Amino acid sequence: MYALSVKDISVTYDKQLALEDVSFAVPEGSITGIIGPNGAGKSTLIKSILQLLPTLSGNVEVFHKPIKSQKKIIGYVPQRSEVDWDFPTNALDVVLMGRYNHIGLFKRANKKEVTWAKTCLEKVGMQDYATRQISQLSGGQQQRVFLARAMAQDAKVYFMDEPFAGVDASTEKAIIQLMKEWKAEGKTVLVVHHDLQTVNDYFDHVLLLNKSPIAYGETQTVFTLDNLEQAYGGKIAFLQKAPATVKEST
Amino acid sequence: MTYTMWIILTGCLVGLTCGVTGSILVLRKMSMIADAISHTVLLGIVGAFFVTQSLNGVPMLIGAGVVGILTALFVEMLHSSGVQSDAAIGIVFTSLFALGVVLISFIGDQVHLDVQHALMGEIAFVPWDTLSINGVSYGPIAVWMLGAVLIINLLLITLFYKEIKMSTFDAQFATLIGVPVVFIHYLLMTMVSLSTVASFDSVGAILVVAMLIVPGATAYLLTDRFLILLILSGVIGVVSALMGYWFAVSFNVSIAGSMAVATGVLFLVAFLFSPKHGVILRKWRNKIEENVQQSA
Repeated sequence: MYALSVKDISVTYDKQLALEDVSFAVPEGSITGIIGPNGAGKSTLIKSILQLLPTLSGNVEVFHKPIKSQKKIIGYVPQRSEVDWDFPTNALDVVLMGRYNHIGLFKRANKKEVTWAKTCLEKVGMQDYATRQISQLSGGQQQRVFLARAMAQDAKVYFMDEPFAGVDASTEKAIIQLMKEWKAEGKTVLVVHHDLQTVNDYFDHVLLLNKSPIAYGETQTVFTLDNLEQAYGGKIAFLQKAPATVKEST
Repeated sequence: MTYTMWIILTGCLVGLTCGVTGSILVLRKMSMIADAISHTVLLGIVGAFFVTQSLNGVPMLIGAGVVGILTALFVEMLHSSGVQSDAAIGIVFTSLFALGVVLISFIGDQVHLDVQHALMGEIAFVPWDTLSINGVSYGPIAVWMLGAVLIINLLLITLFYKEIKMSTFDAQFATLIGVPVVFIHYLLMTMVSLSTVASFDSVGAILVVAMLIVPGATAYLLTDRFLILLILSGVIGVVSALMGYWFAVSFNVSIAGSMAVATGVLFLVAFLFSPKHGVILRKWRNKIEENVQQSA
């Protein structure tokens, strides 16, 4: 059973091809890292899959049905920098947004939904910050609020865009733990990631991307020096550091 | 009601309607679109006059609503085809406004509608333009229009409160989970257009921007809660209207102008003295912290 299958997605950005014929299929209950150099189109890929960006061509299926009809089972953790953290609201309100599908148009969140949201905050260790204005949270705490919101969605397929960017070590641990919990519950997780050092530890599947897919499959077989060289091109200095870890852990 | 009371009531309604509606624009970082719409509704008003041959309330509101949405639509279209968003706003609003100005000259002397009036408004004339049915006068038309628009806006904001909040904070996430983000955008544009045209007679196209943007920007400095920000913006709008009226009468100057100046004064006070974001208190706090660190 594939949780997600992407077929021939192409995207143009400013009249240049940002993604070319990206196809891959993710098995249910896996954690996939989307890896590639800056400008490889990692975030663009996630947003195109989620139909937040217009695509030139291609189609996306979630559990073998068009993604359009499956949005209720999709969870999303955007990049932290994509929202205005000065917006006048508190952590609990942000998490409650994840319950929108369950609350519905015109209605207010009832007690059950609020309790649900609070439980999610608790799971990421943020229960004491529920009424804290979001601009007064640290970067790591803001990321945890986003995680709690995704958790509140109670989705089956999760997309995370650079969740580890600029967070403290304990938040990073919390994110890993959550990803593993989701996996244990049979949920599927896709993560845009760029720290090559941690790829082996975090992901069981890897998509190496540089505008078009270089390789996709289980981490052990795909995350090799050859493939990395192909994805990262001439960025030797960066690569010289990476192979050591690749060899070490494979 | 006396002449004075009608003017004060009109001013307060302008402050309340524009303050509440405009504060959402401030949060969405779309203040300039208020400037654009406040000018282009002139085209809607003139257009409504050409169709109905009168300056009646309801057709004017419809005309303004249509042109307001068109303004937002054109800006969006230019922007998505590669024009910078501020340039897109500049192009659309000047062209549509200019078209309105040209069309006004065709109307000529038939009614009292000229560019001067459209830009500056004249709240002092409002009480004379009354709604009369069968010879019975029911108070100024401006008050009826403002009241109706206020009720419509408050109703829409209450109904779509959650959706407005979510699409403003995180539009992409909102889109993904099925919030009608595009609909909310044009709904807001309609609300801004209605508020503008209802306030047109009283404060005109330029000063209405002050009533739309400044109360929201002021409230933004004073609170961290979305709902309180909406309410506070309305309150600041009303207080500005009252302060402005008092000042205008005391010194015999333009009422609408004084109201707009009052919004600026209130903003300045909040900017300097707001407990959370005020410049002076922030400096003061930093100094105390420095002293504490030094002595520690």
